[in-house]
Amino acid sequence: MSYIIDRRLNAKNKSSVNRQRFLRRYKEHIKKAVTDAVKQRSITDLDSGSEITIPNRDLSEPIFHHGSGGTNTRVFPGNKEFHAGDEIQRPSGGGGGSGGGKASDSGEGDDEFTFQINRDEFLEFLFEDLELPNMIKKQLRDSNDFKFQQAGYTNQGNPDRINIIRSLRGAHARRIALSGSTRRQIRALQAEQDELLTLESTAPEPARQQRLAEIERLLIELKGKVSRLPFLDTFDLKFNNLVKVPSPSSKAVMFCIMDVSGSMTQSIKDIAKRFFLLLYMFLRKGYKEIDVVFIRHHTQAKEVDEEEFFYSRETGGTIVSSAIALAGDVIEARYSPADWNIYIAQASDGDNWDGDSDACRELLMKRVMPYVQYYSYVEITTDEHQNLWFEYEKVRSEFPDSFAIQKIESAGDIYPVFRELFQRKSA
Amino acid sequence: MTKKQQPISTKSEWTFELIERYDQAIAKEAAAFGLDTYPNQIEVISSEQMMDAYSSVGMPLNYNHWSFGKQFVTTQQRYKRGQMGLAYEIVINSNPSIAYLMEENTMAMQALVIAHACYGHNSFFKNNYLFKTWTNASGIIDYLVFAKNYITRCEERHGVDEVEKLLDSCHALMNYGVNRYKRPSPISTDEEKRRQEVRSDILQQQVNELWNTIPKSGDDCDDARNKPRFPAEPEENILYFLEKNAPLLEPWQREVIRIVRKVAQYFYPQKQTQVMNEGWACFWHYTLLHALFDKGLVTDGFMIEFLHSHTSVVYQPPYDSPYFSGINPYALGYNMMRDIRRICENPTPEDRQWFPDIAGSDWLKTLHHAMENYKDESFILQFLSPKVMRDMRLFTVVDDEKKTNLAVSAIHDDSGYHEVRRCLAENYNLGSREPNIQVYNVDIRGDRSLTLRHFVHDDRPMGDSADEMLKHLHRLWGFNVHLESIKGDAVIKSYHCPPLEAAQTAS
Repeated sequence: MSYIIDRRLNAKNKSSVNRQRFLRRYKEHIKKAVTDAVKQRSITDLDSGSEITIPNRDLSEPIFHHGSGGTNTRVFPGNKEFHAGDEIQRPSGGGGGSGGGKASDSGEGDDEFTFQINRDEFLEFLFEDLELPNMIKKQLRDSNDFKFQQAGYTNQGNPDRINIIRSLRGAHARRIALSGSTRRQIRALQAEQDELLTLESTAPEPARQQRLAEIERLLIELKGKVSRLPFLDTFDLKFNNLVKVPSPSSKAVMFCIMDVSGSMTQSIKDIAKRFFLLLYMFLRKGYKEIDVVFIRHHTQAKEVDEEEFFYSRETGGTIVSSAIALAGDVIEARYSPADWNIYIAQASDGDNWDGDSDACRELLMKRVMPYVQYYSYVEITTDEHQNLWFEYEKVRSEFPDSFAIQKIESAGDIYPVFRELFQRKSA
Repeated sequence: MTKKQQPISTKSEWTFELIERYDQAIAKEAAAFGLDTYPNQIEVISSEQMMDAYSSVGMPLNYNHWSFGKQFVTTQQRYKRGQMGLAYEIVINSNPSIAYLMEENTMAMQALVIAHACYGHNSFFKNNYLFKTWTNASGIIDYLVFAKNYITRCEERHGVDEVEKLLDSCHALMNYGVNRYKRPSPISTDEEKRRQEVRSDILQQQVNELWNTIPKSGDDCDDARNKPRFPAEPEENILYFLEKNAPLLEPWQREVIRIVRKVAQYFYPQKQTQVMNEGWACFWHYTLLHALFDKGLVTDGFMIEFLHSHTSVVYQPPYDSPYFSGINPYALGYNMMRDIRRICENPTPEDRQWFPDIAGSDWLKTLHHAMENYKDESFILQFLSPKVMRDMRLFTVVDDEKKTNLAVSAIHDDSGYHEVRRCLAENYNLGSREPNIQVYNVDIRGDRSLTLRHFVHDDRPMGDSADEMLKHLHRLWGFNVHLESIKGDAVIKSYHCPPLEAAQTAS
């Protein structure tokens, strides 16, 4: 006797809990592997998942086992040339293990444990504990986000939201209410019946019998009436009422300002691009409602789209203040600081036209910094700091919470610096 | 020659209808050969579901633990890279017996799997003495439901980390959580749940009694030799001992140990009968499908596909092949099962000398008897014939670390048959594969330290995991743990947790 069942449509992710447990346990290892991956790979590749490698010994599930040594006797198949009493040289690499066959086993045993995590898991680890700092301005307007809230009970609703306790309580009350008078009559009749049965001698016999029979008939009729009351009526059904409440969302805009002047060599530009790509991925992952404004500048600043920002080859001299002025203009025109959380990230090699750095500081202090939540500046250079850095340091002393400057020397610094800038700060 | 019938199918695609018809045809043949099985529940699943099944040790449900996730991730990775194919089937020793078929298989493969799993393995589960004694096929699924729910509740109450730590330690000791000789009485699930509640109270009481004993003044003058040991007899089931006696565990922790122990016990027969079980199943898929072919129920193409995969399953690469990874239990088991049939049907003089009892007897009866009453070790010792040893060209290599070279001690010739057979059987003795470790003593009156003894066999030392393992023991026991390697009467090496120096400086 056999039963044949098609289980293909059943959920296939039965192991997902175990998988999550596994990832949780090896978080530290995975984080390290993710950091390494960011260093090694081009940033566009990062958007897909990643191979994660963990040394095997850190994953061990130990059991008691025999070590190598002692006397081991093993049986092997496929003898071609041996006779009893032959001696074979101990295979090297087997560590004097349990005979020839084990040699390859133990060779394989030291492999690293490699597995794939998917894109979401990868980004999860990549951007864990990072956030846009000082995100405060929340508002209900324009919110696309709703959540459902319990709001009392209704008489109509989906069967899956039925409230059993309420419904049955209602039914009970209805039954009591509708049968009240009938049951009162029943009680009266029953009392009379009891009385007649006990006081046998006082009443005349035939009249008593007649009355008893009548009571009997009335009781049956009344009890039938009570029992005909429906146990549960559609009228009794109560449903949990849920109402849609808009949840406040925070609107944010991120300005990405990149220097593309002639002094920015190809490798510096590359680092800057990777920094911004990382930032862009972070924003896309963590924040659904977010605007990104791309500004590139040499002697003039220009607002561009994503494609042009990352891939255009236009170049020239350097006037940093032009970009800051443009950012200020855009904020005034489009992003009212009352509604928006404003973030600015700027990348440059720190090389600026003489005399412009002062202007930058002025502009920042007056037109930009009072309105932004957070301004991060990364300088990509291996040289000494120049004028711009020192001017920016002055800005930082004015706005210590919302202004950050960091230096990147090589591609390997990008991710650590990025983490530094957007580290979640305890409230 | 039986009358040729119409083949059941001629194409390689399968349908549910065809699976049912093949199953019925195979069931008919199986019944004719006297295969006694549990009812079958055949479930068609996708490859991802197969990987899920892999990672919960083949069970349809299990409690959650990260190690199963690791298993899943490994399997998935290796499968994606093409380093391994998934097994065509998984079959569960339950009643009804659940067998998984993968949807990717062709019709011929599905039929092979049905014959192999639903009639081969299934009848083995139902009739082998080890499975009959140790496992309760009708209760296992219910028990796993109970275990899963219980552990989930523990996680809610005590936190995932606490439970995970405990399970880690239990899993580490899983191989030492089986009774090799004592038979547990089978009980139903409801019973199990009811008893669990009673048990946790009683258990705690017993433990308290053990530890609450107030030392009498007379005890002090006992010298070391007279001091009674606890336990009085060494205990091989370490998890059992900890469950019953560890002083600091809470009732739920004892119950979790018990769950791991029960699961270990359930799988213990499978570990002991790998060669026989696979050999039996391979023998029957081969025999049953040939019976269908003889009746004309399957086509030539079907047979070629079937034989192709059959031969690769029972192929034994020689020791010097790059594919060699030990003796293939499918090959050894299948060869031996076929050989028993040959000895019964066409015995040679050699067979009559080696197997006077079975040479020329009814092969079906002999085979059933062998399947029902042996485990790998005894099966090989009893039934491995010189012919199989010659065919597989078996030879024995002795690796003594004191000598520079390995020695070939016996080969497949007259003077070597007995030695090869003895060694091969010994290789399948689970007792000699794992170090023999037993709970030896507890210092009840003193520091409550637990002493385990490792009885050294063939000079084989403990592996390097011993220190790590003692930490797990220490976690469960809660007080100092010592492990002594014993050779003869002498302690040749000892391990301590916490390490001895640290313990001394602390005290």
